[in-house]
Amino acid sequence: MEKSLDLINARIRDGTARVVTADEMPDIVDELGEEGALEEVDVVTTGTFGAMCSSGAFFNFGHADPPIRMERVWLNDVEAYAGIAAVDAYLGATQEADTKDRPYGGAHVLEELVAGGTVELRATSRGTDCYPRRSIATELLLEDMNQAIMVNPRNSYQRYNAATNTTDRTLSTYMGTLLPRCGNVSYSGAGTLSPLSNDPEFRVIGSGVPIFLAGGEGMIVGEGTQHSAGGGFGTLMVTGDMKQMRQEFLRAAVMNGYGVTMYIGLGVPIPVLDTGIVRSTAVRDEDILTNVIDYGTPRRDRPSVATVSYADLKSGSIEIGGETVRTSSLSSYRGARAVAQELKAWIEAGKMELALPTRRIDPAKRVRPMRETAVTPRVRDIMNRQVISITEDEEIRVAAKRLLKDETNHLPVLDGNGALVGIITTYDISKAVVNDGRLRQVKDIMTRKVIKTTPDEPVDIAAQKLERNNISALPVVDATNRVVGILSAIDLGKLFGGRRRP
Amino acid sequence: MKLLLTFSRRGEHDPGREPVIARVVKETGVLINVEKANIDSMAGEVLIDVPDADADLIRRRLEEMGVSVSVMENAVTRDEAECVDCGACISICPQRVFAFDEEWRLQVNAERCVLCGRCIRACPHGALSQQG
Repeated sequence: MEKSLDLINARIRDGTARVVTADEMPDIVDELGEEGALEEVDVVTTGTFGAMCSSGAFFNFGHADPPIRMERVWLNDVEAYAGIAAVDAYLGATQEADTKDRPYGGAHVLEELVAGGTVELRATSRGTDCYPRRSIATELLLEDMNQAIMVNPRNSYQRYNAATNTTDRTLSTYMGTLLPRCGNVSYSGAGTLSPLSNDPEFRVIGSGVPIFLAGGEGMIVGEGTQHSAGGGFGTLMVTGDMKQMRQEFLRAAVMNGYGVTMYIGLGVPIPVLDTGIVRSTAVRDEDILTNVIDYGTPRRDRPSVATVSYADLKSGSIEIGGETVRTSSLSSYRGARAVAQELKAWIEAGKMELALPTRRIDPAKRVRPMRETAVTPRVRDIMNRQVISITEDEEIRVAAKRLLKDETNHLPVLDGNGALVGIITTYDISKAVVNDGRLRQVKDIMTRKVIKTTPDEPVDIAAQKLERNNISALPVVDATNRVVGILSAIDLGKLFGGRRRP
Repeated sequence: MKLLLTFSRRGEHDPGREPVIARVVKETGVLINVEKANIDSMAGEVLIDVPDADADLIRRRLEEMGVSVSVMENAVTRDEAECVDCGACISICPQRVFAFDEEWRLQVNAERCVLCGRCIRACPHGALSQQG
């Protein structure tokens, strides 16, 4: 059996459509079977409510008298992109004001407008014959704008990698606070309620489909930026009229140490046309897998430390390497449910009819990394290969002489096999002389926990290590922990001299 | 009950230079759990947990020794208008103050809080704050 969209819309119009939320669907299918569920259910509503950085809105402010062609525009001191027509601008959610003492950004301005507050518009221009005015300042409400059209380039991730941190220090990331030594796991996404997880083949989710967006009726534009449905990370570009939106579903947020973002409630209604859609909407948290990624690796390709399901993540703890680690969500499951339930109420009340995509989204597309034409400088490009080192059994006096002779401040310390076991600096030696003259050997005073780097590490990462640990040199070691060079703060200066690998 | 003790360490005979907590424990026989302590050269701040029934006695004795004592009733407080029930606070709290109920609403067990302040910084919505 199949059901047409016309039949479903007719039922919505006469108030007889059976609408369920996506978290109810798995049990319905278990009870009635696929054919039975197809007969019983007309629409499945989905929902998600979480941080969606890639969001913002286009505004048209109307013309002033005398008129101005706005070249730079600020709303409550947050700059909007004004490289479009005279009184149009796009305000991005993550753009931050530089005049506030606490993080305040585009998301706060958008929330303020939706909540009915006033925002201050400032704009400047060089003035033209047709637009003579050079500056303007005025206070505006959302209702004063001709248009306030939200256009979010990337919303509603199908699922998202969970985050943990294997390093020794707390990390502040867009995935929230990550405690050292895998102290916690942070995740995002609504699992069984997630819109794209209920239609991973993009059969009924595509361009032109009506959605719930932040409390108003919105629409899917098409695939979102960084859409990678082939790998299970599909995204949507969506739009909606801000004048219909509600603060309850549009909330500014600040990720400590990272910056401003915006929480948005988004839901897609799915017409149950055939058993294929019954199957895809019967997805459970247990079926949606994601990786736990180590954000302690400051690189694009971060290692995964575990694969888990959304059921595992929602249970409150998961196992990583035999240890129990507590999990918490950045997105609100309660908010996701509220979205799905309100969307359900809309459809039951005949307020929204469904539509099929006017253009389909590619379910196999995969995102590609950036093509980088300039070579990222690596440690090997600037490190000093003439390493002066010492063995751990030498006397401190020998070390002191070596430091003096070679005019260096750092001596990597090697064991009998030539492997790096410590480091000593001129400071360590001075301290040893002052504190306790009886210490004799290098191994008595060396620092054993050496902060080090490798030849292929990007220079930016090595520089971060120097800065973060307040040190001025890093031994460079190969895979067998043999010292192949030393990188000092002075070597970093070579980069500015334009010295690169040929 | 949680009591926040503050004391000076400037003078040689200030309470911060004396083993006041040990003295009170010895004298009263009440077991005191020290949950957090920040002590520098000039002053100290210690959060202790004591049985409710003995709180008045402990408070009186400490005050007699020159320690300022305040009762921490709701150490961390949640602004319900700002909170979106995301749960970002749950896994970072060392005291398990936060949890979800069956409706995925955030529950706050403030009496467990030791004022570490981690959740306040981490809350994306600025919904958490510290009493006093």
